[in-house]
Amino acid sequence: MNIFVCVKQVPDTETKVQPNGDGTFIETSSIKWIMNPYDEFAVEQALLVKAANAGSTVTVVRVGSVKDTEALRTAMAMGADEAILVEADDNLDSYSIAKAIKGGIEKSGKDVGLVLCGKQAIDDDCLQVPQVLAEMMNLPSVAVIVGFEQSGEKITVKREIEGGALEVYELNTPCVLATNKGINTPRYASLPGIMKAKRKPLQQLSLADVGVETGDRRVVYSDFSLPPEKPAGKTFDAMDEANQASVVAEVVGLLRNEAKVI
Amino acid sequence: MNFELTQDQKDMQEMAMKFAKNELMPVAAKYDEEGIFPKEEFKKAWELGLINTCIPAEYGGAGFSEVEAVMIGETLAYGCMGINTSFMANDLALLPIKIAGTHEQKEKFLRPFTEEFKIASFCLTEPGYGSDAAGIQTTIKEDGDHWVINGEKMWITNAGHADQFVVYGTIDPSLRHKGISAVVVPGGTEGIVLGKKEDKMGHRSSDTRGVRFENVRVPKENMLGAPGEAWLIAMKTLDYSRPLVASAALGGSQRALDESLKYAKERKQFGVEIAKHQAIQFILAEMAMKVEASRLLVYKAAWQVDQGVSNTEVASYAKAFASDSCMQITTDAVQLFGGYGYSKEYPVEKLMRDAKLIQIYEGTSQIQRLVMAREILKR
Repeated sequence: MNIFVCVKQVPDTETKVQPNGDGTFIETSSIKWIMNPYDEFAVEQALLVKAANAGSTVTVVRVGSVKDTEALRTAMAMGADEAILVEADDNLDSYSIAKAIKGGIEKSGKDVGLVLCGKQAIDDDCLQVPQVLAEMMNLPSVAVIVGFEQSGEKITVKREIEGGALEVYELNTPCVLATNKGINTPRYASLPGIMKAKRKPLQQLSLADVGVETGDRRVVYSDFSLPPEKPAGKTFDAMDEANQASVVAEVVGLLRNEAKVI
Repeated sequence: MNFELTQDQKDMQEMAMKFAKNELMPVAAKYDEEGIFPKEEFKKAWELGLINTCIPAEYGGAGFSEVEAVMIGETLAYGCMGINTSFMANDLALLPIKIAGTHEQKEKFLRPFTEEFKIASFCLTEPGYGSDAAGIQTTIKEDGDHWVINGEKMWITNAGHADQFVVYGTIDPSLRHKGISAVVVPGGTEGIVLGKKEDKMGHRSSDTRGVRFENVRVPKENMLGAPGEAWLIAMKTLDYSRPLVASAALGGSQRALDESLKYAKERKQFGVEIAKHQAIQFILAEMAMKVEASRLLVYKAAWQVDQGVSNTEVASYAKAFASDSCMQITTDAVQLFGGYGYSKEYPVEKLMRDAKLIQIYEGTSQIQRLVMAREILKR
């Protein structure tokens, strides 16, 4: 089975995010990139499926800038066989990214057995690419899966819903699945794995190569800014019993007229 | 000149740090308190290629450079100096085989360590002979096609779990340096008697004990080099192992610095974070300066190994400076944390206890200075 894993490279969780000069994205010059943590579950799941299906291949696909290829290197060090990188700005919208991934997968020339994605990226939290991609590829899909079982061409997945309950779906391959935390424990890349990763094939494509045009952009970011700083809170001294009544009246007045919450 | 690691090396360092933070740091305090040998972590580290970094590629190892070995050692020690001692002892006991073994010996005694998880142990020190290693009394006598070992070893790391020992002894104690010989002894060989586990100040998860060899017989082909040649093997081993041991001190120092920086920015006294007080800033600056200087010495000593030039002098600088600095930095970290630093609730008192051992084992800080003096007076 040919398994494709979509990975995104996101800023390390300790990054202090700042808007860039023209407000079209965040400042990326000094960011340390990591593989989106939800995508690690997708890579791990792909490697488990590969191990259970002799002759399988795992190809990781990423759309983004070529300055750093951390996410693809990590995936190949974990055990993915090859990588496709579609070069694009890091602030591309979900529709264009999905279209670019679809194009990249087609360019590989392989029959698609399974497409795995993380359920969301931790930077923009869009939760869109897996579903848009499935629609574009005309494949069934389930997102936010925490359980995976395969029997031949049939895959049974568990999906978390509100209140801690689970939905169970049966799908046939090929399909698109988006993984959530809890589905598996991603392995570490071994040191020999890291050394081998750089000898694995990485195909680099442009947006034009995969058929994405400027007009495909449904969303264009125009004004990134930091949220306004919270003003300092007000404190009231009600230790003295004599003025407690007037303090309460003052607080209620402010909640009603200034904060407008009651 | 180039002070940059390659992208591959950075990736390896990052992975090792992830391992140190996720697998070692969470268990370090418990293993220290209860003296638990880190067998599970040892095995996981082996699966990921983090240990036995000295084994050459032609015998199934990863073929890391010495720079890569110290980079990994530093990072694991950052997670726990005590656990790292157990890991590092494997390399210490494999290095003599790498340095002096024949092709057949390397196939027999190195390759198995790449095929399955095994623990190795290096036996040199004796109850009466530590710094004066040339005086060791353990005898290695010829008996037909076997060597027979008799004697007592002390402070032997990993001894209680070892699948393979490298044992130093002498063919004749009166020959001193010229009688020293080394043999490979499989774990479980008849006549190996393990002492009780030492109750130590630090590195409490590492298994340290005495070992007695009572008429232990090994085949002739288990001797490394010729009889009486092992002093040179031991000295060469130290050239490789000193940068590694120094890297462990460096990892501990970096950890103490990072913990101190974090705490200094959180803890408030006199209405501000203590990092705003100049007295604290001076402590932090001193720590950072020593960490940086240690790193330069450690990596230079390792780089010299990779360049094939003698590193005896710089390796001694690295070992003494990095371990003495680690002692100072971890002591200062406890001071900076105040009462909290003295409590086991915080990680720095353990760092201080662990630091002390690195000034002692693998050649004390004083022995390092003798080596330095000998090297510089040669000129």
